[in-house]
Amino acid sequence: MSEKKLNHIGKGYDRAEAQEKVTGQATYVHDMEMPGMLYAKVLISPHAHAKIVSIDCSEAKKLKGVKAVVTGKEACQRVGLYMVDKNIMAGEKVRYQGEIVSAVVAETEAIAEEAVSLIQVEYKPLPIVDSLDEALEAKTLVHQNLHTYEYMEGVFFPKKDSNIASWNRTKKGDIKKGFEEADHIFEEEFSLPAVAHVPMETHVAIAQADPYSDKVKIWSSAQSPFAIRQLLAKSLGIAKADVNVIVPYVGGGFGGKAGVHLEPLVSVLSRAAGGRPVKLKMTREEEFNTLPTRAEMRASFKTGMTKDGKITAMEVYHDWDSGAYADYGVNVGKTAVYSGAGPYTVPNIELHSRTIYTNKVFSTAYRGFGHLETHWAVERHMDKIAQKLKIDPYDLRMKNLLRPGDTTISGELIYPTTGDPVSCLEAVSKEIGWTGRKTEEERKRELETGKVRGKGFAMLQKAPAMPSYTSTAAIMQMDEDGHVKVMLGAVDFGQGANTIMAQVAAEELRVPVKDVEVVWNVETDKHPYDWNTVASKYTFMGGNAVRKAARNMIQQMKEVAGQVLRCHPDELTHGEGYIYHVHQTHRRLSYVDLSMGYAYENGNGIGGPLIAHGIYMASGLTNPDPETGQGRPGLVWTFGAHAVDLEVDVETGEVDILKFVSAFDIGKVINKKMVDGQVYGGIVQGVGSAMMEGYTFDEERKLLNPYFGDNRIPSSKDIPREIKAIYIEEPETAQVDGPYGARGIGEHPMISVPSAIGNALYEALGINFHRLPFTPENVSLAIDKYLNNDESK
Amino acid sequence: MCSKAKEKGNCLEYTDSGLPKIPIEFEVNGAGFEKKVDPTMTLLQLLHKELKLFGTKEGCGEGECGACSLIMNGNAVNSCLILAAEADGAKILTVEGLGRGNELSVLQQEFIKHDALQCGFCTPGMLMSARSLLDREPDPGEDEIKEAIEGNFCRCTGYVPIINAIRSAAKREREELK
Repeated sequence: MSEKKLNHIGKGYDRAEAQEKVTGQATYVHDMEMPGMLYAKVLISPHAHAKIVSIDCSEAKKLKGVKAVVTGKEACQRVGLYMVDKNIMAGEKVRYQGEIVSAVVAETEAIAEEAVSLIQVEYKPLPIVDSLDEALEAKTLVHQNLHTYEYMEGVFFPKKDSNIASWNRTKKGDIKKGFEEADHIFEEEFSLPAVAHVPMETHVAIAQADPYSDKVKIWSSAQSPFAIRQLLAKSLGIAKADVNVIVPYVGGGFGGKAGVHLEPLVSVLSRAAGGRPVKLKMTREEEFNTLPTRAEMRASFKTGMTKDGKITAMEVYHDWDSGAYADYGVNVGKTAVYSGAGPYTVPNIELHSRTIYTNKVFSTAYRGFGHLETHWAVERHMDKIAQKLKIDPYDLRMKNLLRPGDTTISGELIYPTTGDPVSCLEAVSKEIGWTGRKTEEERKRELETGKVRGKGFAMLQKAPAMPSYTSTAAIMQMDEDGHVKVMLGAVDFGQGANTIMAQVAAEELRVPVKDVEVVWNVETDKHPYDWNTVASKYTFMGGNAVRKAARNMIQQMKEVAGQVLRCHPDELTHGEGYIYHVHQTHRRLSYVDLSMGYAYENGNGIGGPLIAHGIYMASGLTNPDPETGQGRPGLVWTFGAHAVDLEVDVETGEVDILKFVSAFDIGKVINKKMVDGQVYGGIVQGVGSAMMEGYTFDEERKLLNPYFGDNRIPSSKDIPREIKAIYIEEPETAQVDGPYGARGIGEHPMISVPSAIGNALYEALGINFHRLPFTPENVSLAIDKYLNNDESK
Repeated sequence: MCSKAKEKGNCLEYTDSGLPKIPIEFEVNGAGFEKKVDPTMTLLQLLHKELKLFGTKEGCGEGECGACSLIMNGNAVNSCLILAAEADGAKILTVEGLGRGNELSVLQQEFIKHDALQCGFCTPGMLMSARSLLDREPDPGEDEIKEAIEGNFCRCTGYVPIINAIRSAAKREREELK
């Protein structure tokens, strides 16, 4: 970016908190015990959709050691961020198997568990809405009173007397005209199942509700303490000032801990138990059954192309099976409005994104939300179009990728500094050695050997999905010895962002990184506000805020030093722990001498303790137009591409990923170790979605695999044999308004991993997959079908 | 579960099945302990509830994820699947005992250097599986490393930095022995 030399930005510092984590000292909410603490256990619904006729808690209440039993009658408050559609506990009916219907607080977990088993619930089963099509028919409604719910108006669009929680649209150009201009029209459908986030620390919260006031104190394994404060206060009808949310170390989030989850329930339980602290920790099985997922999704594309491979028009339906609730789910659906057709120029488009209720476990944000799903579809679709048009898939993409001067599907103008998808595709195809497709003959010959190789690639993009007025802040204080403490309300649950913030502060203040401490254990009573820790926004927004705070601190020091050194503050500069005159460098004062204000020899004091703050608010964003989706929702785009080389065992259907290459126009790598961590971790999480993960339900919509045995995540043996990450750091395309040109990278590596693998599977086998995951069973079945000459081509 | 305890009118202990307690003697990180434990109590619960050692984590309680791995009598085990009573006479090493005095062990240092951790929740178990591997095989190949940590799920790192850290620690430990 700038010409001046950077001292700390771009250096691979060790993670600030690593030592505590390798020695077992790091404390998570899972580990926490409080004086007088009680334990809660929940009773979950065995039915996917049923009326609660009666709940008999009398036997449970009689059990020694039980302090409180709570049902939906007592915990009837509504809670929600975007679509306020959920009660703290099921009320008159249950809407998914796994929904909490009652909870017990007791001296021990064992007593609580036994008491739960004594609760008698009488259910009257109701017809189950079990698929998107059934939901769209609206014969049975998951939420009869949808039209009465509170929601973020003008951003989401629930449909009365339907199962549609929000119907968001994009309309750009004229698709009728666009399809007329097309030489070919391609129509296809793709889908993927619901999957779990699987943080290694399951959801857990402790609440202590002061029985003599409205005050409640929460310790939670959560990503967004300020969102919890806001939503909890609203739900319980108390002041935000009465809620203090504390987030210590968090054992993984991935979006699953982005919203509000157990916290309101545990607050109610603590109050019911006379104000003693109550801990509720999900078992792994409850984590699968009760806590939200990434939504199942179905995408239908109709795309018009000229014969030389230019997109003329698209008509797209993205239908999200959000399950029983759509609080955060509607925002996942909204991302499709501005990003649901990939990083391409589409002159004419009509896109519908419908977030739909069914009687399944509900959905929420999951790393790169909305994007892994839509890009699974669009990137497979592009590959198939290339097959049909007999154009190299690389060339087809090159013809249509967004370039400066183009506009996105929501009408956002691409600037040179928006980033460059073209260079990402060039980089990965070069690294993987893409030389064009195999011929049919080559493919057939290879199939006979029992092992087939295939290469494929896919594009990706994402900009944060967040309110247009999202903001964050940093507070910076200097100790007497010159050490600096930085506080932000965002949470580092493993991303390494706090280490990045220390680097930013050290860079601006020109001090060693070890002299900067970003204060952990975010506490809403003490830390400055941050909206949510989601959307790959921490480095971008937090970095900008810390930068401003540091510059403000320097300015404060210059103003005091200017008086002492008898010059205008503008004549001063800083570095090596000193404020000094730009020319007569011996005229100087140390940070230490200024840290608590300056004391003259005669005792006079000026200035005061150094405390600075910096803010950052998303700039220039608008809500999409309700009818057309046009606007500027994307604060910062990161473009990227993946390429993969794999081998399939024709007999067993097993896929061996030999090499995985990813390139991102990241703008600036602030700490390569941390960025590599996001990229490796994201790719492997994407491999999980691609190869093995997915919920299966029986016909009663009971979850069949709520445990690792049958719903596991990648192990060390499932990772690609080689992973290569390429970071594009071109000053011309870097993010001018980001810290040192940096863009977000946290979520992006996961997006399009399944589509890249799917495209490589076509290249290997000549088979087009339309649904995830590529388990050996699914691949093997597809190969059998193909060899028996079915319609799978 | 608590029925017998209920008869006695005392069900305050999480793992109290009401069955007669079993006296055990064992060593954790070099320190000796004598405890009377409930026959249903797991080794993980013994660490958490009796010893108040929370470094060892619980990820699933079913022996599937490896977060609770520790070394018992020289072998890495899932402590959620071992009964506390089975620890009678055992020597146990947990993450809290990995360091050398007030210094980090080579393995811990290499985990930091390679950024082999993010959220840190799988890290204690991962370290113990790695320690067990290096104790029995000072020069493991990549496949052996992957095999040794196959039962330890990590959702954050993609395993690559962990494998690199273990390989690098093995090399340094071998050099230190020379």
